[in-house]
Amino acid sequence: MSHPSKASEFLQDAAKAKWHDETLWFVRDKRDNISKTIPEWEELRELASQIKDNVLANLETYLVEFEKNAKANNIHVHWAKDAEEHNQMVLSILNEHRCKAIVKSKSILTEECHLNPFLEENGVEVVDTDLGERIVQFLNQPPSHIVLPAIHLKKRDISELFHEKLQTEKGNEDPAYLTHAARLHLREKFLGAKVAITGVNFGVAETGEFVVCTNEGNADMGVHLADIHIACMGVEKIIPRRKDLGVFLRLLARSATGQPITNYNSHFRSPAPGKEIHIVLVDNGRTDQLAREKFKNSLKCIRCGACMNTCPIYRRSGGYSYGSVVPGPIGSILSPGLDVKKYSTLPFASTLCGSCTDVCPVKINIHEQLYEWRQEITKAQGTNTKSISMKIANGIFAVPFAYKISGAMMRGALKILPDSITYSGLNTWGKQRDLPETPKETFKDWYKKNRT
Amino acid sequence: MSSRENILTKIKAIPRENSLLPEIPSFEFPMDHKAAFILSIQANKGEVIAESELKDFIAINRFEKILNLAKGMESLSTQPLPSDAHELNELEVAIIQGQFGVAENGAIWLTDENLGLRALPFITEHLVIVLEEKSLVSNMHEAYQRIGAQHSGFGLFIAGPSKTADIEQSLVIGAHGAKSLKVVLTNL
Ligand code: SF4
Repeated sequence: MSHPSKASEFLQDAAKAKWHDETLWFVRDKRDNISKTIPEWEELRELASQIKDNVLANLETYLVEFEKNAKANNIHVHWAKDAEEHNQMVLSILNEHRCKAIVKSKSILTEECHLNPFLEENGVEVVDTDLGERIVQFLNQPPSHIVLPAIHLKKRDISELFHEKLQTEKGNEDPAYLTHAARLHLREKFLGAKVAITGVNFGVAETGEFVVCTNEGNADMGVHLADIHIACMGVEKIIPRRKDLGVFLRLLARSATGQPITNYNSHFRSPAPGKEIHIVLVDNGRTDQLAREKFKNSLKCIRCGACMNTCPIYRRSGGYSYGSVVPGPIGSILSPGLDVKKYSTLPFASTLCGSCTDVCPVKINIHEQLYEWRQEITKAQGTNTKSISMKIANGIFAVPFAYKISGAMMRGALKILPDSITYSGLNTWGKQRDLPETPKETFKDWYKKNRT
Repeated sequence: MSSRENILTKIKAIPRENSLLPEIPSFEFPMDHKAAFILSIQANKGEVIAESELKDFIAINRFEKILNLAKGMESLSTQPLPSDAHELNELEVAIIQGQFGVAENGAIWLTDENLGLRALPFITEHLVIVLEEKSLVSNMHEAYQRIGAQHSGFGLFIAGPSKTADIEQSLVIGAHGAKSLKVVLTNL
């Protein structure tokens, strides 16, 4: 299904859509405020971008160095060319240890590989331990945002869900009460798990260590109580030096949620006595993206989610309307690389306002790549709906009278339409756009009055 | 061809312009380290307290399961470090020694040497970190300079208690790990 049709589903609950929009804008605002307290913010973004450029230019060298150092630290290193091989690899480690239940912390890569359904089909119970992820897992849904997995849900939804799944009091919507219930439920899972799976935020070539950042502490609760830690890592997560972490850890949480750093930033270098650490290095389309000159920069992404929080389309259409594991602006340039046909509407789900590019901590030219994908897709598809809408616009501009009338009508309409209508599913125009302040007079009127 | 070879060969075959790895400059930090550190910890929903306040905290709450690994706090300990981390599930207070703190964000560096068991700062109900005031550094660049080539199997920056905002963005402290973080700054 295309982005526009899914977006209109999301917009059917107007109040919720409005809340979603405002809440993500609030997170964006926090990011702005905290970035302004760092005088060297722009310099840090430039450094992060240059480090990542260097990584992409020398990826094979850094991967080999990382592997060598990790092995020297008694870490098992595996390579997987695609999702299937990754899933098989994880399963074989579990089988080897006769493990039938695992705990897992946030990992977008394992979502991308559809690891959960695969393991479940093979008789393994998977418990996502990030609170937001556990909530969506109970609902059999994927996360709708890479940092805030349950941002599409209201506390009433979660209260009902927990009443059913965790026997919480009916109607109790207090977030502290609900979180506490999840704490008790997940504590049991942590204590019982033999294997814990995590994602990886950064892998350091120089030392062979890798870093995992969380606020909840769920990744650490899992791995330190389990005997075996499996870390799933996209090949692009490599950084050259330990000191590069200084740059990235300063940028990541500030960009993601407007906090100065995540509360837990764990550096895994070798297993504790008697335990095992496995790293699975995964390609799954990344080398293909690297070979696309125009789109390879998308691999610099550190998954902070800032481009989603700022995106006027994402905020007003919700993560599910993208139908891809990574939604939002960055998802719209990564996903067509995986399947251009399936994701052909995503690069059009953008105003090309460039706000994503402005907030991106590693300076990915997101909106330019969206534009590039549009060219590619249009070329591949020939005449499409976009060109039809261009024809309509051409028609209006070609007849000055029609242009004046429609402008005046729109200015009138914007003033009288309440949010309930502009956010409703009826109005396709209001679906994805906030209404601008309506000017009292047209530019033409203004010009007539003010020209000398 | 193994997947390893497959991936590496594929990457090698992609023509790419080289791009230089930048040096990371040191950035000035205009604030007093201690004042900034205290503000940062508070912003992260932790607390900086005096040693006497720690004793009050334990007395008022009548904590009985306390494990201390910090210098000079031995008298507070009620139990030794077990060999299996699962036995820490009922632990009420863990007191550990931090290596240094970072003024800009309140992060405190700990390694295996300080933790005894890696699960300790997570599984405990309340976490206390003892930190020497003179150990404070300005920002994360200075932090990694200070870590340098230090080799530990596990290293960790902790900046606050376990927290989540996954239910309607309302902040809740005590998601899975410690429900509070208290930092005792010492001045030896
Ligand atoms: S593209 Fe940039 S802003 Fe978007 S998630 Fe990735 S790093 Fe963050």
